[in-house]
Amino acid sequence: MEELYRRIDADPEFHALSRRRSRLSWALTAVVAFSFYSWIFVIAFKPAWFAQALGPETVLTVGVAAGIGVIVLAVTLTGVYIWQANQYFDAQNRKIVAHAQNEPQT
Amino acid sequence: MKKLKQLPLLFGLGLQTWAGSAAADVATALHNMFTLPADTSAINTKAVAMFFGFVMVSLGITFWAAKRTKSTSDFYTAGGKIGGFQNGLAICGDWCSSAALMGVAALIYSTGFDGLIYSVVPFGAWPLMMFLLADRLRNLGKYTLADIVSVRMARVPSRTLVSGASLAFVIGYLIVQMVGAGTLISNLFGLNYEMAQVIIGVLIVVYVAFGGMIATTYVQLIKAVLLLSGATFIVFLVLQKFGFSLNGLYQAAIDNSPLKVGVMQPGVLLPDPVNAISCGVMLILGGAAMPHVLMRFFTVPDAKEARRSVAWAASLIGYFYLLTFFIGYGAIAFVMKNPEFLDAKGVIIGGANMAAIHLAKAMGGDLLLGFISAVAFATIVAVVAGLTIAGASAISHDIYANMFRHGQATDAEVMKVSRIAALSLGVLGIVLGIAFKGQNIAYLIVLPFTISSTVFFPVLFLSMYWRRLTTTGMVTGGWLGLASAIVMLVVGPTIWKDIMGHPEALFPYKYPALFSISISFVTMIVVSLLDKSERAKAELASFDDQFVRSQTGLGAEGAVQH
Repeated sequence: MEELYRRIDADPEFHALSRRRSRLSWALTAVVAFSFYSWIFVIAFKPAWFAQALGPETVLTVGVAAGIGVIVLAVTLTGVYIWQANQYFDAQNRKIVAHAQNEPQT
Repeated sequence: MKKLKQLPLLFGLGLQTWAGSAAADVATALHNMFTLPADTSAINTKAVAMFFGFVMVSLGITFWAAKRTKSTSDFYTAGGKIGGFQNGLAICGDWCSSAALMGVAALIYSTGFDGLIYSVVPFGAWPLMMFLLADRLRNLGKYTLADIVSVRMARVPSRTLVSGASLAFVIGYLIVQMVGAGTLISNLFGLNYEMAQVIIGVLIVVYVAFGGMIATTYVQLIKAVLLLSGATFIVFLVLQKFGFSLNGLYQAAIDNSPLKVGVMQPGVLLPDPVNAISCGVMLILGGAAMPHVLMRFFTVPDAKEARRSVAWAASLIGYFYLLTFFIGYGAIAFVMKNPEFLDAKGVIIGGANMAAIHLAKAMGGDLLLGFISAVAFATIVAVVAGLTIAGASAISHDIYANMFRHGQATDAEVMKVSRIAALSLGVLGIVLGIAFKGQNIAYLIVLPFTISSTVFFPVLFLSMYWRRLTTTGMVTGGWLGLASAIVMLVVGPTIWKDIMGHPEALFPYKYPALFSISISFVTMIVVSLLDKSERAKAELASFDDQFVRSQTGLGAEGAVQH
């Protein structure tokens, strides 16, 4: 197994895939962290923004709608990651592993 | 004398009940465990009957699961054969304790908008878990969190830290659940507090010791379905009253609440930004690294199914939190001004925690009340079962098999220890549940999340993402973070001021997580960088292999069965 790990580690394709995967992970993490913390910081420092009604016809406030929005956004982005991983990362990964397994012993 | 009484509390044992008039107390507790209260007319027979139905089904499943639990792998991870959807439901079951239903509804009921904070913020743990942890955890793990860490780190010190912290986490969480169950059973079923301890203690030992992870998973799954459908049904009935107009519901809440339009606006729950941020960090990082939840990633065959589990879990939990929005506002609309649920002074009967339960009665009469009561109690049983299997795994797999027997124990021996561990945790739960009856356990609710965010998150994150982490760095940082968290909790406002009665707290913040997490991370990084030992060099060198395995799943448990 160690031998196989070394061979994969030497494959530039593997590192390219890891980088792409980690770029997506961190980008999505940043978006989610930003949305949650913005929501909390507005409550802590600018509560008046969230106290306004969403429109003249409704009593729903910006804060409540934003809270629902934050949860929905988090679920959606989780879906985006999974879609990317299933669609793309897994296939690439299988290719890299198969390539390493089929390489003649050195 | 006062000092003496406080001493055991400092160690989180709270055994003072036993110290004083111990014999008489034990006799009363034993008596209450097995007898009905004097006023039998208060017993909610519908709720008891429906809960009995849940017990019968779950015991049937346990019987079926027991025949399939032959190896340690079956016991800890259901043989890695659970599907992504089932596992997602079971994770939802582990996550949504009765606090998520009754507690969040109570907060919205009493504070309006500010209660929403507690249904939005904890959810942040889910995307984080997905993006940063799920794939790698599945590819590196076997049975417990400690397995992941010891892929690269020295076995004994790393397992001592992770399994020790896991047990502290499990026991703290267990007490909260047991005390909650006791209160719930007297409020909802009209039975004695102590009876709840016995029912839960016996059920979880049966589930875990005989049915292992297979039974625990299906118990969680059933509970999650019951909880989600019960909550959905209440929300459906609430919205129906307003012709499915959200605006109608919110308008009714505004009309009823003493806060008026303030019920929809941020209030004063977050007067202190440091506390607010510390609490948020604790809920998100701690929630992303809870051992009884992460353990579920090992019950699926591969990283793909682990991702599917998280997708389902995140969607279902997100949906559940959205339901709590409506349940909270529904309770304001239908409970707050309804004399049926108020005492002579106009205060809600049973406290704000009962808001969701009263709402069920207002919407669906005694039948729905019985159903929701049974679901609330089943919820606690299922969560305790999940905690117990996490605790039993830490004892039998990490401590016994890996630390004492150095991996030389046979499957049969480890299984035996697991069962003894489950039995001991069940007994411990009963004893602690009774010892903590009627005590202020607010600090115990903060403890598990503080441990999780201070120890598990940094340990998992750095060991998977940071090449330079060494065993010495990890262990020093972990223990120091844990110790600092406990000290800050003890001298903080909840224990030092509220419970021990000192005029001022020595540490000003209720939530020490922000500080203890920083101590943990900084110590781990600094000590690792200073560590020039031979062992440290070997650990650095093994990062590449671990990295390839974490990314490809090659060599992962359960993935290489050709």
